[in-house]
Amino acid sequence: MAQTRMIRLTVNGETGSYTVPVRQNLVDFIRNDLGLTGSHVGCEHGVCGACSIEVNGDLVRGCLMFAVQADGAEITTIEGLAESGRGAALRAAFTARNALQCGYCTPGMLATALDYVEGGGAADRDAIRAHLSGNYCRCTGYQSIVDAVCDVIEGRVEA
Amino acid sequence: MKAADFAYEKPGNLADALALLADPDRDASPLAGGQSLVPMMNFRMAMPDLLVDLGALDELRGIAPGAAGGLTIGAMTRYADLEASELVATHAPLIAMALPHIAHAAIRYRGTIGGSVALADPAAEMPALMLAMDAEIEAQSSQGSRRIRAAEFFTGIYDTALAPGELVTAIHITAAPEGRRFAFYELARRHGDYAMAGVAVAATGTNRADPRIAFFSVSDRPVRAIRAEAALQAGDAEDAMAALDEIDFAGDLNADARTKRHLAGVVLKRALGRL
Repeated sequence: MAQTRMIRLTVNGETGSYTVPVRQNLVDFIRNDLGLTGSHVGCEHGVCGACSIEVNGDLVRGCLMFAVQADGAEITTIEGLAESGRGAALRAAFTARNALQCGYCTPGMLATALDYVEGGGAADRDAIRAHLSGNYCRCTGYQSIVDAVCDVIEGRVEA
Repeated sequence: MKAADFAYEKPGNLADALALLADPDRDASPLAGGQSLVPMMNFRMAMPDLLVDLGALDELRGIAPGAAGGLTIGAMTRYADLEASELVATHAPLIAMALPHIAHAAIRYRGTIGGSVALADPAAEMPALMLAMDAEIEAQSSQGSRRIRAAEFFTGIYDTALAPGELVTAIHITAAPEGRRFAFYELARRHGDYAMAGVAVAATGTNRADPRIAFFSVSDRPVRAIRAEAALQAGDAEDAMAALDEIDFAGDLNADARTKRHLAGVVLKRALGRL
């Protein structure tokens, strides 16, 4: 039988206690147990970036952490970024630039782009591409995503 | 895929962690940042009975000036901490040069220096840096502690000189002599992917004295090119390229051994151009 542990954590400002199988990864817990399905699951080995979320302020892969490791952590998902408005400028820019088509990579792409923007990243296309290099998009060809990030950094977006 | 089931412990101090890892009846695996181990578990290439989460061991975190001008880096220090460190930029510039190439930002917030060294992935940067810097790896077990020279630490694919129950607790980097220069170069299909071939080089002064040339992702382990170092010491970079046949090149999914041989020459030439 799967071994379980009780964890207590805060997700998008709401604190709760949950019993989780120790083998359950964090993004599955967020999607299946909390019902926050904005975070996507792609490759399950840390390559595609679709599950990128924020844990204690750091951008991480939700598939490369077990939920039990997040005991005591503060987590922000794409839903939290939307509610707080932190991701508003990027969301507006992605829409304006048509920086998504199917939308599967978008939550992880926004989280990673926000890490870059909030970290004081410059509107340098090569640097933006390097920072986003861990997030796959199979639709856009990335040009419009880089455009959107530049727009936010250079203040061309009304959030 | 998802990881197979395991037992989980998160000890609050190093002694408890070492006691858990010492149990000969359990296939226990330490969990550091998990950025390599967890994907291996998801693929079921790794199926430990017991995962010993080192996440609460703050005593294994931190970057401190070492004896005689060197640096001591706790095994649980994350790549993101190394990137932000002035001490690393000053005293271990090779690490600072390599960091932007190590996976992606989200991985560097979790991945640790000790985890990479202990895993000994032949395609990873950190083990080759240890060779190029003549670093020492501190290992502890419930029996005590010892230091292992990098040159003796990496013994094969995912294989090290660590004994059962031993845990990497710190990396010791000796002070570089005045005028020591460093260069790093890697070729990868996508920025942040595992390298197809890479090299770390160190040498002193414009005459490139006492060189170290350490490759990764070309063989079953990180390798020093001893004959190429001798050629470089003698002042002939072309001879250094020719001497690379001493390496036991091994192919992988990206390239066969012949291509690895070629790429090793390419990365060495480019690195020497930056030295």
